[in-house]
Amino acid sequence: MNNLIILPILIPLITGVILIFFSKKILAQRWISAISSILTIIAAVLLVNHVYKNGIQTMDVSNWEAPYGITLVSDMLSALLVLTTSVIALAALFYSFKSIGIEREKFYYYPVVNFLLVGVNGAFTTGDIFNLFVFFEVMLMSSYVLMVLGGTKIQLRESIKYILVNVISSALFVIAVAYLYSVVGTLNMAHISVRISEIGNAGIITIIAVLFLIVFGLKGAIFPLYFWLPGSYYAPPAPIMALFGALLTKVGVYSITRTYTLFFYHDAGYTHQLLQILAIMTIIAGVIGAIAYLDIKKIIIYNIIVAVGVILFGVSVLTQESLTGSIFYLIHDMNIKAALFLLVGIIIRITGTSDLDKISGLLHRYPGLGWTFFIAALALAGIPPLSGFAGKLMIVRAGFEVESYVGAGIVLMSSLLVLFSVMKIFIKGFWGAPRAYKGEEDAPVKWLLFGPALLTAFAVLYGVGTEAIYPVISMAAETLANPEIYINAVLKE
Amino acid sequence: MEILMAFLIGILFMAATYLMLSKSLLRIIIGTGLLSHGAHLLILTMGGLKRGAPPLLGEHAATYVDPLPQALILTAIVISFGVTSFFLVLAYRAYQELGTDNMDRLRGKEGHE
Repeated sequence: MNNLIILPILIPLITGVILIFFSKKILAQRWISAISSILTIIAAVLLVNHVYKNGIQTMDVSNWEAPYGITLVSDMLSALLVLTTSVIALAALFYSFKSIGIEREKFYYYPVVNFLLVGVNGAFTTGDIFNLFVFFEVMLMSSYVLMVLGGTKIQLRESIKYILVNVISSALFVIAVAYLYSVVGTLNMAHISVRISEIGNAGIITIIAVLFLIVFGLKGAIFPLYFWLPGSYYAPPAPIMALFGALLTKVGVYSITRTYTLFFYHDAGYTHQLLQILAIMTIIAGVIGAIAYLDIKKIIIYNIIVAVGVILFGVSVLTQESLTGSIFYLIHDMNIKAALFLLVGIIIRITGTSDLDKISGLLHRYPGLGWTFFIAALALAGIPPLSGFAGKLMIVRAGFEVESYVGAGIVLMSSLLVLFSVMKIFIKGFWGAPRAYKGEEDAPVKWLLFGPALLTAFAVLYGVGTEAIYPVISMAAETLANPEIYINAVLKE
Repeated sequence: MEILMAFLIGILFMAATYLMLSKSLLRIIIGTGLLSHGAHLLILTMGGLKRGAPPLLGEHAATYVDPLPQALILTAIVISFGVTSFFLVLAYRAYQELGTDNMDRLRGKEGHE
């Protein structure tokens, strides 16, 4: 029964391998990947349920005991993130069926998407720092291929930059692991945490902590390291953009959360202060970008950066409440970003442009699309009955509690500007006089709307059912706030 | 010995940084090669360079060198091979399609194709 942990990694992996063998049979590709992604969701739901009932689940691969072999660890946080990933993957796949185009589908699109999911689910589940690196590479390699697949000029140009940044950050990851190994002599995350608390407050640990922050910050786009993201995410088509925007940066955010709550909590005065300043700067940089552009893709892309800042601000405060808020917000944000990117994709499919000045009056012809977008936009900003509210409320309250007034105030202000940036799309794009666009007749809007509508419905349920979900999320936050729970579960002393 | 290796790795990182800041795409790829070379040597060095037999149980030695960093390096090497070959082919395609290997000219106008 313990093998349940590995299913969300194994199912996409096997699917990806099988799909390679008949890449030209598109119908079979679609069916198999849809079925496997539903199976992954079922496995993830069972896993969440199992973790909720029985506490943290660990699995020693090949029965080698904890510090010596690779251990897969599923605490509440990773189980929930795996579930969110699977749901987003299903929505993006459904969207791909009618939008990605036969040319891409014939060239291993579905296998690569499945390998991307292997990497993301693996990174959320692993309990070994070098294994985390390997899953990062699985994820990044798939993302390189997805970004360049199709080979248009803008994709080629942006892929070069994206790969270069990630090669450098991967080399830095290897360097950071090498330093950490030379200090603590182990790679298992729980064991590393034990060894670091034995060493206590050494300067070298702080340096390694900052190095890890740089590495994961490059993946997760925090303040001075986000420069690559706006250009790179602009290039690929909508479903790929949704997968990237929802999953890739969040893996970096998850890794920062994991390392800063499990390893480096001893000298929090320095490391978490640094994280807090960077998180605040990230929010500011993100909202400036979000209000500056009149390009719908750019607006949503900069909103990713804002959300990364908000989540990391919650992590840097490091109280039980702020961590609960961060987890609430993390799951909400993965979900709503995927929905928004898919909706933006539909708008671009209808109008053929992403320039807001050339779009108006979509609400007359496409009311379903318009109101879905409206609800998703309100959820993004955190209007009370919807999903973004509870997380931000807890983050802000925790921020005021530790007297970090500037940070909490900026989180509040950022909501307003985020709302402004998405309402700008709604007002300029959906209101006004209707226009005719070339090629809109054959846009399969009803089919495409299914994925984002599912995610938006999920966001509404998540917001309305906050009270019901709260025990699950607070269980995840409890593990983060008390690393002993994690360590005892893994090392079983 | 570790000190010597540290200097060597530092020089590799320095050369890699210099190359990656240049304009030509090929020089940048050579820089990434040097960077991963430095990172792999760093794992080896950080694992310790004490004397001992190679990690083969048939040697029947009293002490062996640490086998773990070697396994890590082997993993990191094949990963960086994969990424580098992809990057090289991408650079070749980009040269065919865009007609330049100058990073300044790969900038593109903001928000346009």
